[in-house]
Amino acid sequence: MKQYAYYPGCSLESLATSYNLSTLEVAHNLGVDLKEIKDWNCCGATAYFPVDELLAHTLVARNLALAEKDGLSDFVAPCSACYKNAYFTNAYLKKDPDLAEHINYALEADNLHVNGTMKVRHLIEVFIEDVGLEEIGKKITHPLKGLRVAPYYGCQLLRPRKENENVENPQFFESLLSALGAEPVDYPSKTRCCGGSLIITNRKAALDMVHILLQDAVNRKADVIATTCPMCNVNLEVYQGQVNREFGTQFAIPVMYFTQLMGVALGIKPGKLGIGKELVSGEPVLAFAY
Amino acid sequence: MTEQFEPTIIGFTCNWCSYRAADLAGTSRMKYAPNVRLIRMMCSGRLDPTFVLRALSGGADGVMITGCHPGECHYIEQNYKALRRFLLLRRVLTGLGIEPERVKLVWASAAEGARFASETTAFVEEIRKLGPLNWGKPVAALENLQEEVSKLEEVPA
Amino acid sequence: MSEKIGVYVCHCGTNIAGTVDVKGVAEWAAEHLKHRGVVIGREYKFMCSSLGQELVEKDIKELGLTRVIVAACSPHLHEKTFRTACERAGLNPYLCEMVSIREQVSWVHADKAAATEKSKAVISGGVERVLHNEPLEPIRVPIHADTLVVGGGIAGIQAALEIADAGYHVCLVEREPSIGGHMAQFDKTFPTLDCSACILTPKMVDVGNHPNITLLTWSEVVKVDGFVGNFKATIRKKARYVNTDTCTGCGICWEKCPKKVVDNVYEAGLGNRKAIYTPFAQAVPRYPVIDVENCTYFKNGKCKACQIFCPTEPNSINFDQKDEMLEVQAGNIILATGYDLFDATRIPQYGYGKLPNVFTSLEFERMCNAAGPTEGKIVLRDKTTTPKSVVIVHCVGSRDENYNKYCSGICCMQSLKFAHLVMERTGAEVYNCYIDIRTPFKDYEEFYKRVLEEGGHFIRGKVAEVTDAARLPEEEGKLIVQVEDTLIGKQRRIPVDMVILSAGIEPRHDAKEVGKLFGIACGASGWYTEKHPKLDPVATMTEGIYIAGCVQGPKDIPVSVAQGAAAAARVLGKIQQGVISLEPIKASINETQCSGCRICNGLCPFNAIAFIEDDKVSSINPALCQGCGTCVAACPAGAISGTGFSDAQIIAQIDGLLLRNLEPVEA
Repeated sequence: MKQYAYYPGCSLESLATSYNLSTLEVAHNLGVDLKEIKDWNCCGATAYFPVDELLAHTLVARNLALAEKDGLSDFVAPCSACYKNAYFTNAYLKKDPDLAEHINYALEADNLHVNGTMKVRHLIEVFIEDVGLEEIGKKITHPLKGLRVAPYYGCQLLRPRKENENVENPQFFESLLSALGAEPVDYPSKTRCCGGSLIITNRKAALDMVHILLQDAVNRKADVIATTCPMCNVNLEVYQGQVNREFGTQFAIPVMYFTQLMGVALGIKPGKLGIGKELVSGEPVLAFAY
Repeated sequence: MTEQFEPTIIGFTCNWCSYRAADLAGTSRMKYAPNVRLIRMMCSGRLDPTFVLRALSGGADGVMITGCHPGECHYIEQNYKALRRFLLLRRVLTGLGIEPERVKLVWASAAEGARFASETTAFVEEIRKLGPLNWGKPVAALENLQEEVSKLEEVPA
Repeated sequence: MSEKIGVYVCHCGTNIAGTVDVKGVAEWAAEHLKHRGVVIGREYKFMCSSLGQELVEKDIKELGLTRVIVAACSPHLHEKTFRTACERAGLNPYLCEMVSIREQVSWVHADKAAATEKSKAVISGGVERVLHNEPLEPIRVPIHADTLVVGGGIAGIQAALEIADAGYHVCLVEREPSIGGHMAQFDKTFPTLDCSACILTPKMVDVGNHPNITLLTWSEVVKVDGFVGNFKATIRKKARYVNTDTCTGCGICWEKCPKKVVDNVYEAGLGNRKAIYTPFAQAVPRYPVIDVENCTYFKNGKCKACQIFCPTEPNSINFDQKDEMLEVQAGNIILATGYDLFDATRIPQYGYGKLPNVFTSLEFERMCNAAGPTEGKIVLRDKTTTPKSVVIVHCVGSRDENYNKYCSGICCMQSLKFAHLVMERTGAEVYNCYIDIRTPFKDYEEFYKRVLEEGGHFIRGKVAEVTDAARLPEEEGKLIVQVEDTLIGKQRRIPVDMVILSAGIEPRHDAKEVGKLFGIACGASGWYTEKHPKLDPVATMTEGIYIAGCVQGPKDIPVSVAQGAAAAARVLGKIQQGVISLEPIKASINETQCSGCRICNGLCPFNAIAFIEDDKVSSINPALCQGCGTCVAACPAGAISGTGFSDAQIIAQIDGLLLRNLEPVEA
């Protein structure tokens, strides 16, 4: 069975433990062998790159080097920011020998060397492309029939654009949700930014962006918003209360990780998927678990 | 120290694109190394690989083959044929013990005078680094090719 | 050495003489290449002047020169000049060669010594080459007086009428059931706001009635053989299932036909037609065609309403009609097959196809047209509501790194026209979102001013998104256009009822394949390549094939008409001459040396090489051969020779450039 180098990232250890739990459960169920990279470090998320690009790249590259050392071919990240950082640092390593030289000079201190040979994937990609929608469909025991899900891709999953990707109107998340038996909602805001770290530095601007996303999901009569990134999830869920206060709305829409939805459909107990810990109750989804 | 080695390079151009690119480089007064001497053909597809061998064995240190960009050949697709020959030629040269880097293929459209000039200068430097070819003693030019060929055709009974 | 070569080195003022020691070079040639046949080496200030040319002519007559080398500018400029001079003096022009020591030496090398040495090598190469030149004669082929025009849009119509009016026969082939092209779809034409059909249909009728025009609609060219002056085109005349000898075009058949089909071609998807139809009321010819994909009879054997109600005696409906293959001979061909509209669904953020009230330019033309699906009323998709506000988006798919980089040229004027029509007919607020307003030609800028004065709003910004996701109460139920107004530096959200996308124009989706049929190439953007972008826009590199209209690149109706007329004039000029002279740079096969391996057969993109079964050898048609020389290089037996660029010439030039001719030649 193919082993994937698993890079959970910092969020999955703190705010997004439910993402980590559900990821591991679903992966186990589908036969995806995720081997967590030993001694991985933070990827710098969005904050570090504007501070010092070279150091930020090196930080990311250390994780790639660790994965390469393990002899694995695929580097899988569930968080879109970690994914984006790993993808592009990996790509630049190959294109810019000068950068690679600098990075490797630093990595030497840790007896590491990075070659840029890893294939960097987002978790959702691995499930859709490597396991396949058909296989997933076969293992569904509790199809999410009638559950209207807004597929929130978020922006860093798709942008910056990689080769030949449809970033304006991708459909792969919808396909996955359909395979789970759910009803993907037509959600034009699906690739809009959630505000990301702006929620900390410019609260008002970020809340405005979150408001747009929530309003659109509610307008489209979604029961739940599915996310692929802990930052997006936090912004949409944790700050719903603040959005309500700021804009006078009354949103109470659950926001869950796509792996949690997959887990429920695959018949895994909600408790094991970290369901029950949300701020906005995941009731509509829970209904399918039994 | 001895004076710098000045390579001699023969360049094959096609009438419609690369020759015009060379002309454009001239009209734009772009400067490039004087080591390349150009031959005009109608199309890069005209390039017989034996021309390249003739040039190299005749004293050239390098050969530059130029033509229209793939997809833009004046004769539709003949530059693809030139490409095929070029790739095979490189393998033959390697077999003969000649550095395949001595023969370079450059696509240049009629508007790319600057590219023509820069590629030429770059190639001259590459050849300079490789050094002179000195491919044996050149055989004297055959005055009457046809006569020689017909002599070869006489097979003894 | 029996040849007598004259070498002439031009100063070109100081262009060459300022860097190259022209006098030294001329003297060097006379001395060091004497043993190769050079009898005179001259230098002169301006060789291309009449005095310069006379120098050459005088030497030919007095010294009996048999070969001439002129070392000067690029042969692309003056090869013809010097060859003509030689001809005047009685020397075959192909025995004269030019070598460039200006563009390729004096203008590009700063080192004078190196430039001078290179000039000597270049001349030496030229001398060796010209020794192997042969006296050649241009090839003369007769021209068939008929012309084939492919494409019945305005450019094709104009070309056909000009040639036919001049008294020569034209075969006009059109893929659709009627001629008219895109112009027939428009409502008004800018800047005069003439009704498009009103100015087009008289020309269409002329074509239909013209004694010199054979009109083949619902037909396509499938094969082209031959060469300039003697083309043979195979045309598939698709079955209409209507007998055109008896059909009167009365229209009862399509009235009675029960099957409605969405018309994606003429009505741009906005309206319907029947399974048996003519595209529009003024169609030329007026005979309908049956769309077999949608006809009830062809799908399950039932109905036949058209046949039942057809009033003619004998009945004009013939379900058993077959496609006909016709062969047409022509001396020249004009390609005027027009353009396709950019597919706006490729830009999902504009919502075309998803959001109902987003329309493309062609859909909107049909809407404005009085004979269109909404009878000229500007209404939303529900066919009843009049919009109170409209955004017109410029540059959809054009000037865009992600789609087409070029400017489509006509959409700014078209957008202004739409703005005017919307304001005139509905009084709605109109916003044009543009990058630049391009109104270059006659009365175009004035039209822009007019629209400004009529109250059109202009926002300089490329529309980012068209969405129905409302955020504010006034946006509910509307289409919201998000755009950065760069002139005031603010993002704007404009709630409107209707959005019109001025989609760009693109080459036809099968332009490349069609080009291959005729032996012409497409450029990087897919438009056909003209002979010279500045000086020869309607000719192509293939003799006898001309292009006119949008096939050559985006353009408006006046320029399309001009190009159609220009192509016609070129063709008429050739027909008048009766014969055409072709450059004698051709390949030919020595049959005794040919082993019949057929390696050459597949190499020719012009199908000039045929295999003669009886003799088991290959043979080249000189009129089809374009002289590229690929087969010459490929022949393993060396059986193919190319005049003008023979092996002997090129090998000699290589030797000459390497100055190997300076060594005494071993006997």
